[in-house]
Amino acid sequence: MMRYKLIKRETDSLASRIIVPVLSVLMALLFGWIFLWLYGINPAETYLRMWQGAFGNSYAVSETLVKAIPLMLLGLGLSLAFRMKIWNIGAEGQLYMGAFAASGIALFYGHLPALILLPVMAAAAFIVGGFWGLIPGSLRAYWGVNETIITLMLNYVAISFVDSFIFGPWKDPASLGFPLSPRFSPQAYLPTIGDSRVHIGLLVALLLAVLFYFLLNYTRWGYEVKVVGESPASARYAGINVKRNIMLVMLISGGIAGLAGMIEVSGITHRLQQGISPGYGFTAIIVAWLARLHPFAIILVAILFGALLVGGFGLQIFGLPFSIVLMLQGAVLFFLLGGEIFTKYRLQRVRKEGQ
Amino acid sequence: MASSLMIEMNEITKVFPGVVANDSISFQVRAGEIHALLGENGAGKSTLMSVLAGLYQPDAGSIKIKGNPVQFRSPRSALAVGVGMIYQHFRLVDNFTVAENIVLGAPGEDVVLNSGKIEEETARLSEKFGLDINPRARISQLSLGEQQRVEILKMLYRGCDILIMDEPTTVLTPQEVKELFKMIRKMADQGKSIVLITHKLNEVLEVADSVTVLRRGRVVGNARTADLDEKALTHMMVGRELMQSRRELMPPTGELLLKLDNLKVLGDQGNVAVTALNLEMHSGEIVGIAGVAGNGQRELVEAIAGLRKIAGGSILLDGQDISLLRVRERLDRGINIVPEDRLGMGLVPNLSVIENAILHNYNKKEYSSGFFLNYKKIRAYTHKLVQDYDVALADIEHPVNYLSGGNLQKLLLGREISQQPRLLIASYPVRGLDVAATESVFNLLLTERAKGTSILLILEDLDDIFRLADRIAVMYAGTIKAVFDNQDADVETVGMLMLGGGGVVQ
Repeated sequence: MMRYKLIKRETDSLASRIIVPVLSVLMALLFGWIFLWLYGINPAETYLRMWQGAFGNSYAVSETLVKAIPLMLLGLGLSLAFRMKIWNIGAEGQLYMGAFAASGIALFYGHLPALILLPVMAAAAFIVGGFWGLIPGSLRAYWGVNETIITLMLNYVAISFVDSFIFGPWKDPASLGFPLSPRFSPQAYLPTIGDSRVHIGLLVALLLAVLFYFLLNYTRWGYEVKVVGESPASARYAGINVKRNIMLVMLISGGIAGLAGMIEVSGITHRLQQGISPGYGFTAIIVAWLARLHPFAIILVAILFGALLVGGFGLQIFGLPFSIVLMLQGAVLFFLLGGEIFTKYRLQRVRKEGQ
Repeated sequence: MASSLMIEMNEITKVFPGVVANDSISFQVRAGEIHALLGENGAGKSTLMSVLAGLYQPDAGSIKIKGNPVQFRSPRSALAVGVGMIYQHFRLVDNFTVAENIVLGAPGEDVVLNSGKIEEETARLSEKFGLDINPRARISQLSLGEQQRVEILKMLYRGCDILIMDEPTTVLTPQEVKELFKMIRKMADQGKSIVLITHKLNEVLEVADSVTVLRRGRVVGNARTADLDEKALTHMMVGRELMQSRRELMPPTGELLLKLDNLKVLGDQGNVAVTALNLEMHSGEIVGIAGVAGNGQRELVEAIAGLRKIAGGSILLDGQDISLLRVRERLDRGINIVPEDRLGMGLVPNLSVIENAILHNYNKKEYSSGFFLNYKKIRAYTHKLVQDYDVALADIEHPVNYLSGGNLQKLLLGREISQQPRLLIASYPVRGLDVAATESVFNLLLTERAKGTSILLILEDLDDIFRLADRIAVMYAGTIKAVFDNQDADVETVGMLMLGGGGVVQ
């Protein structure tokens, strides 16, 4: 009689690290295929339209990149926390806080030249986003408070906090009652690449990915993060300051999310408004995991998810529901987590000894 | 029939891969009796009681409870005939009340809890056995002694007549121990049987009616406590000729390095783990700690390493108090530890051999330039370490958890030794190793001693301690009871002291 048994892999091979995420995406597409077919929609046509919507022409590509930029930044920031097994699911709120801080600078100091204004906006966004991450970080470091819950709840606090400003003191008198801040002065706009909507946030994200790669693999601090993430007891034994590292990682993770917020308001909306993020902070969690926390893979996966979003908007033109995209995203995560076991274990056929 | 047999375990054998934990053990307890089960670590006490409590199924042998043959498939089936076990670490829900904890998982409760009835029943049981406890108190508000009473109540509520208690006095204060003994005596008087797993002689003589002594998986003695004294008990437990000769002694000549003065350290549960502990260490000597595990050794080591805050006293290195220094500052002063928990503290399981090799010196100048690690030098260092200490492995890029126990220990010990420590503390460095690996670990330690390093050695086996140590410090209940020069010590005196006996101290 044949049976299958899970055998722990000696090392998680490079192949398994790539094959598993790719297979999970394919399985998700297959799952979506069946779902669409049952729903009475032509799956092939739907996927083709999504593809065209995302990559069909230069406008589509630029839109895909525009959506991918915040996912890249957020994914990178989250990957740092996840490496240390700190479950930051508060990137959404940290992004809003960063957007808020950057907007404040842009609204009140908009007369400054761009060369000063933009760096100050970025710094303010990083600090305030980082502060928002530091709250759960310190609670976790000093009192062992579960960071998952706190980061999650702080999302809603941040979003409501921003709302209270755009519905209140920062509301544009010329907005005809819409909850929008006044438009920033042009000095506060992020420069774009060519005449597309793609802004230099893309370069920031790419640079950051390279920086992360070296930081994590070749520096003393990267080593500390690895040790703390793998075994806090060993870290303490080696004299590594675990508390400080937890706080530092949450500060940076939140700071980068804040920076993503600044880049959204300064590069895309040019004002603070409701819904500056369609859940980027949550999608980025999937991005970081699908990329297995590898900085370069995060860039690629972010583009994939940007394409999924933009392709989804393309569907709406044909009267198909956008929720198809959300379903696909969920399916990717589902298959990814399910497939995780195959990176650590492999299936082996065992012959059951006859009794 | 007050003297009827409650427990009859016949020829119980339980084999784990590589060890015979119980080798055809027979064990009987009468109704109304407090029976102590005595033995060193690894003697098979816990295994035997886990078989009785239904946690393990024996490989051979039979069990009768109250005269009826039984076969337990789970702790639940043992509970059903009245056998309950109270573990050292309590299994209580902190945020629940006493009454809620008591009914949690109890069979036959209605879906909707009748809290009035439960509290009434709890109060009735508390009173009957003198367990003073408020059923409405939350667990988190209770002291460890009170939590233990809740555990006892839990078992009584489930109708247990046989109560197995695993090292019940470890986390208690002396006052709480007295109360506990009073309670179990009261329970025994009402016909319950109590099995006390312990390694403390005085407790056996104070509270138990009879005692069974295990050694290396076999019964080596069984007697009424009335017929025994400390000396006879010790002889039953450790009495034997030394199996190996003592080491050829070169008297240590080094100067005083470390002085522990009236040290007090708290355990994980806030209990006093180390108290009034005094010890001096000189360079070039091995001091062996003789003691049963759980008498404060782990806390002592962690306190010296800086992993655990001290609650009183001082730790002097070269006459300077280092008790407030951080772990890394102590490492820099030459205090290196080989922790008990090899894989999980000493080494990081999922990181490569390289990454584990530099755990202490990744931030040293030789291995990093500025912010960056110098992997070329780190690789060279790792290769040398692996070669020098004869660690057998396939690839230094592989995670360490693919190494065998012996090679893990050689890597760990080698890493610590290569830091050129002045004080090396090794906790159970040969636990689980085969003979060859044990030999090479011992040789490494002796070579290190010859270099003038001061070594604090914590070992399970008295034979090994006598073989390696220059001086033997006996640790019991968180303190050093006595220190002997190797040639002046005899096994029985050391054995009696480490079991809490009041032997003559020279």
